[in-house]
Amino acid sequence: MTTSPAIEIAGLTKSYGDRVVLGGVDLRVPAGTVFALLGSNGAGKTTTVRILCTLLRPDGGTATVDGFDVATQPAQVRGAISLTGQFAAVDELLTGRENLVLVAELRHLPAPGRVADDLLTRFDLTDAAGRRVSTWSGGMRRRLDIAMSLIGEPPVLFLDEPTTGLDPQSRLEVWATVRELAGRGTTVLLTTQYLDEAEQLADRIAVLHQGRIIAEGTLAELRQLLPPATVEHVEKQPSLEDVFLAIVGGGQQEETQR
Amino acid sequence: MTTTHAVRDTTTLLKRSLRHVLRSPDTIITTAITPIAMLLLFVYVFGSAIEVGDGRYVDYLLPGILLITIASGIAYTAFRLFTDVSSGIFERFQSMPIARSAVLWGHVLTSVVANLVSLVLVVLVALAMGFRTGAGVLAWLAVLGILVLFTLALTWLAVIPGLTATSLDGVSGFSYPLVFLPFISSAFVPTDGMPGPVRWFAEHQPVTPIVNTLRGLFAEQPVGDDGWVAVAWCVGLLVVAYALAVRTYRRKIS
Repeated sequence: MTTSPAIEIAGLTKSYGDRVVLGGVDLRVPAGTVFALLGSNGAGKTTTVRILCTLLRPDGGTATVDGFDVATQPAQVRGAISLTGQFAAVDELLTGRENLVLVAELRHLPAPGRVADDLLTRFDLTDAAGRRVSTWSGGMRRRLDIAMSLIGEPPVLFLDEPTTGLDPQSRLEVWATVRELAGRGTTVLLTTQYLDEAEQLADRIAVLHQGRIIAEGTLAELRQLLPPATVEHVEKQPSLEDVFLAIVGGGQQEETQR
Repeated sequence: MTTTHAVRDTTTLLKRSLRHVLRSPDTIITTAITPIAMLLLFVYVFGSAIEVGDGRYVDYLLPGILLITIASGIAYTAFRLFTDVSSGIFERFQSMPIARSAVLWGHVLTSVVANLVSLVLVVLVALAMGFRTGAGVLAWLAVLGILVLFTLALTWLAVIPGLTATSLDGVSGFSYPLVFLPFISSAFVPTDGMPGPVRWFAEHQPVTPIVNTLRGLFAEQPVGDDGWVAVAWCVGLLVVAYALAVRTYRRKIS
């Protein structure tokens, strides 16, 4: 683990017309950590990720990824990252292996076929490798999607709601993958609306609410935001869910605000 | 350095997109089937009532049918691009360190290849129906050159709805006017018999000089000014369509 942050964001803003999506986001993701950006739908998670991946220009503020400025050095940023978006971005008309070879070729790796075969083995997709992805299950597609993101071993990986829409079994598989990546020293920024996912995977968690970071820290630090229980007959730590709901001020606020 | 990079990425994406075409050969058949149906209909049904001078009507008709083939074929470029954008793979490419232009060029070159295959199918049917030409290698190369230029121009035009459409209907709708343009030109009947304003339009729109040029090349006749006017139209359309498409693309990705 190095001291320089893999991702650093300061005062990031983005609006669509009158609608403020990001109202000044500050964030520091230490290299080699798994960092969860937690928030409800519409909190601004995907917008933040899209800005960091150079897919969207911010209105104001700065952001650097792996030391490169997203606004002035977008090409270098793209060389240092991989994005797994909210919906599996795989080519359905190609086979699983062809998808992997395609990405390896686009990253100009010397042996695209070998890279593909290694990843197929690692993600337990070898049996389906020769079939078109349109015949694959959602969980398999998501695994392929993540496998495609690992090609070229970029130091920073963005996972935008990696388990949304997945069945519990596939979800556990994705979690295992993220843990494995963390073990290899890859910096992972993952967004999620599932509290247990952040609790399970992340070294640090930031809560994004209505375009602002309203809390940030390790799980233990976030727990301290709640006043300690006064009567302690039963020793029960507040779950992250308790913390989340307490600091965003109730669960339904988002819905009524439109 | 960056050019070799762009060429390499374009080749990779061209290979991918050609695989799509190969795996859905129906796109090539569909592209060719409407023009072939028109060819049959006009030659065997309306042809006997159409006066085009002393040649065979199929010889007269084929150039216009070839342009209709291209106009319907380029809709698949819009469709494939739209599918990439809506499936998210477009964003994956954009977040990768690949040449920015390669994403579009891969699709555009695929369009040229797929349209050429459809054109060959249409020409084969025309040959079976009695189309004959004494055109030599140079004349055929000139025909090929004009058809490729026309394909490139319309394909770059198709890139725009492919990038901006919000629904599949929007993607396919844009090509209908292009398919109809040859009807108000010298493609089916000579323009001489058309009433004033229609005739003026027919003689001043791009299809007429292009059709006349192709017809002249097939018939081993001098093409005269039509040749230059046809090339000028194709190049002009290509430049405008390319500029608009690139502008749309830049807006989309920044």
